[in-house]
Amino acid sequence: MENTNKFSPEFGEKELDLLSRLSNALSVSGDEQEVREIVYAELEEFKDSMHTDAMGNVLVSRQGSGPDRVRVMIAGHMDEVGMMLTEEDGDGLFKFTIIGGVDPRQLVGKPVIVGRNHVPAVIGAKAIHLTTREERTQALKANQLRVDLGLGGSKLAEIGDRLTFDTKLAVLGPSLRGKALDDRLGVFNLIQLLKHAPENIDLLAAFTVQEELGLRGAKTSAYYFNPEVGIAMDSTPANDMPDFDGEENPRYNTKLDGGPAIYLLDGATIGDHRVIKWLSETADSEGIPYQYRQAGPGGTDAGSIHKTRAGVPSVSVSVPQRYLHSAAGLVRIDDVINTLKLMHAALSRLDRSILNSQER
Amino acid sequence: MSFEILPFLKSMISTAGLSGYEAPIRDVITPVWQELSDHTWVNSHGSLHAIQYGSGPEPRPKVAIIAHMDAIGLMVTGIDQGFLRITQVGGVDPRILPGQFVIVHATNSGKTVELPAMVVMPPAHLLPKDASGALPQKYLLVDTGLRANEVEELVRVGDVISFATEARELSGGTLSGHTLDNRASVAATTIALDLLSRRKHEWDIIAVASSQEEVGGIGAMGAAFDIHPDFAIVIDVTFAKGPGGAEGVLFDMGKTITITWGSCDHPALYNAMKECADENEIPAARDFAPAGSGTDAWDVQVAQAGIPVVELGIPLRYMHTPVEVISLKDVKRAGRLMAEFTANLPLDFMNTVKWE
Repeated sequence: MENTNKFSPEFGEKELDLLSRLSNALSVSGDEQEVREIVYAELEEFKDSMHTDAMGNVLVSRQGSGPDRVRVMIAGHMDEVGMMLTEEDGDGLFKFTIIGGVDPRQLVGKPVIVGRNHVPAVIGAKAIHLTTREERTQALKANQLRVDLGLGGSKLAEIGDRLTFDTKLAVLGPSLRGKALDDRLGVFNLIQLLKHAPENIDLLAAFTVQEELGLRGAKTSAYYFNPEVGIAMDSTPANDMPDFDGEENPRYNTKLDGGPAIYLLDGATIGDHRVIKWLSETADSEGIPYQYRQAGPGGTDAGSIHKTRAGVPSVSVSVPQRYLHSAAGLVRIDDVINTLKLMHAALSRLDRSILNSQER
Repeated sequence: MSFEILPFLKSMISTAGLSGYEAPIRDVITPVWQELSDHTWVNSHGSLHAIQYGSGPEPRPKVAIIAHMDAIGLMVTGIDQGFLRITQVGGVDPRILPGQFVIVHATNSGKTVELPAMVVMPPAHLLPKDASGALPQKYLLVDTGLRANEVEELVRVGDVISFATEARELSGGTLSGHTLDNRASVAATTIALDLLSRRKHEWDIIAVASSQEEVGGIGAMGAAFDIHPDFAIVIDVTFAKGPGGAEGVLFDMGKTITITWGSCDHPALYNAMKECADENEIPAARDFAPAGSGTDAWDVQVAQAGIPVVELGIPLRYMHTPVEVISLKDVKRAGRLMAEFTANLPLDFMNTVKWE
C-alpha cells in the first residue's frame, strides 16, 4: 500500500488536463451535472461509498484504518456563477438573468456557451460610433444586453438554459487563467486528497452544489456526514493590485504567491481557533507558505458546516485568486499546490487531542 | 477550384495588426494575394498592394479596391507593480474592456514576445469614489499573470496590446471575433481577386489592404495618391440590425450588402454598381453617409486632383467589440459584386462617370 503520508502534489499534464476539464465545464448553481459527471468519473474507485443526495451534492466517505479516527468533512463546491436565458427577443437573440454574484460590467463583449451542448454565442454591445460620450460613462446593465447565437440560433437554445463565459483554462507563466476556478480548484484538490487520503482519519468529501446561492449544498451535506471537523476548500479574492493614486493598498484580502489563505473571520463564520492553530502549526513545521485572509465580508461552505446539528468546528482554506466571478480568474500554480500540500499534511497529523484542547 | 474563405478569414481575425503596427496581418494576407495577383508591394505607410494586370492596351485604366486591414487595440502607458496601465489605439469603448483576453506584444527583451494577458478592473476600494459605474480606461489594468520582475524585464511603455478573442462560428453561417472590422472586407476583396484571376478583364485591378484606417485613413490616403486609380471601390463594414443598434437605417445581417450614397460617393458609380448588383441578383441596400464617411473613402476621394469613389458595406453587429458578428454570405456577395463590376468595365468606362 502506498505510504500516503509521503504525498507530494505536482502540477503536470495530468493535473492540467483534469483542472481544464473542471474549469471549462458549464456548471451554474442549480444545474451542476457537468462537474458531477467529472467527479463520478474521477472517483470511480469510490463508487461504493458515494452518495448523491436530494440536492445533487456528491458525498464520498473514505474510511481510514487507524484507531480513533476523527471524522473530517471537506467541502469543495461544484457550482459557478452564471446566467439563464429568460426570453426570446428576435432571431437567435435572448434576454437573460444573472445567477449569483456577476458584475454586469464583466458581461459586455464576451463569448459565452449556452446549455448542455455548449452552443457558442456572444454578448455584444452597441458600436462605439453609435454611443454618446455621456452614454459611455454609464455602465451597461444586464437588461440592456442580449445573448446572440447567430442567425437561426433560436432553434439551438431555449428559455431556461444556463450559460457561462466561453473560457478555456490557460497557463500564463507561473499562473493559471480560467473561469470558475472558484471553486473548481476546491473540487480539483478534494479529488486529489481523496485519492491520497491519510489513514488516520475518516475523510468525508462533499462536492457541494449551490454555494453561490447561499452555501446551501453544504448545509445538507454536513447534516448527512455529521462531521467532527469541517473545512471548506474554496478560493478567495486576492486584491493585491495597485491603488489608483499610488497610495499603499492595505486592504488586499490575500496576495498571490502568499500560499493557502486560512480564514479567521468572514461574513458567515468565525474560524475555529483550534482548527486554525492546527493548520498554522502544520504549515510552520512543514515549511509550507500560508497567509491569513484579512477579516472581512464574504462566506464559504464553512458558514453552513459550522452551524450544522450541534455545531462543527470549521474553517476555510482558500486559494488566493484575482478577478473571481468574471470571464477568468488568475491564480498561481504554486498556491494551488501549496494548498493541497497543507491540507494533506494537516490531515496526516490530525488527532483528537486537537479538538480536546480547552483553548476554545 | 474556388478559394476557401472561412479558414482564411478565421486566421485573419486570429492575428494582431494594430493601426501603425500592421506587420502581423500583412504577413498573413501577403502570401494569399501573391498567389492571386501578378505583383504585390508595400507602400511607405505599410499598406499592401496586389495588382492583376488587365488585357487592355497600355496605358490601361486602373481601379483600386481598398479594404483596411488594421485593428483597434491598446498600448502600454505604464507599468505599476507588475500591472500594465493602458491607452487605446483607435475607437475603444472602455465598457467593453474589463475581462477581455488580450496579447501584449512585449519588446523590452530585444525581441517581440507575445504575452497572453487580460484587462482587469481593480476592486472599488482601490478606485476614487466616483468611479463606481463604467470605469474609464485610465483605471483599468492589464495582468499578464507574470510576476512583477518578469514584467519589468519583458514589457516596455509603448508596447501594443491586441485582442485575443477566438474566432467562433455561430449559427446560420455567421462568424464572431475581433477585427471583423475590417478583415471581413479584406476577405471579400480576396474573393474578388480569386474570381478575377480566372476571368478576362481589360482594366488593371489593384487590391489594397490599407493601414491606419482606425486612426484616420492614413494608409489609404498615401495609397490613393501613389497608385492614382481612375476610380476606387472602398469596402468596409456597416451597422447591422441587432441588439445595441441605433435609430435609423440599419441592415439585416445575412440578407444584404450595402452601397453607400453620400458626399464621398460619386452618383454615377453608385448607379453603375447598383445596376451591376441588380443584374447579378445580389441584394444591395442603399446605405447613407450624407455628410462624409467613416471609411477610407473620406481620404481617397481627395487624393491628388480627386478620385471618384464608390463605397460598399458588409453589415456587422457589435462594431469595435471583440465579439463582432458578420454573415459569411454577405462577405461572399460583396466579393462577387466587386468581381462582376470590375471584370466587366469597358476601357471607356470613365466617360460615363460624369456629373449630369
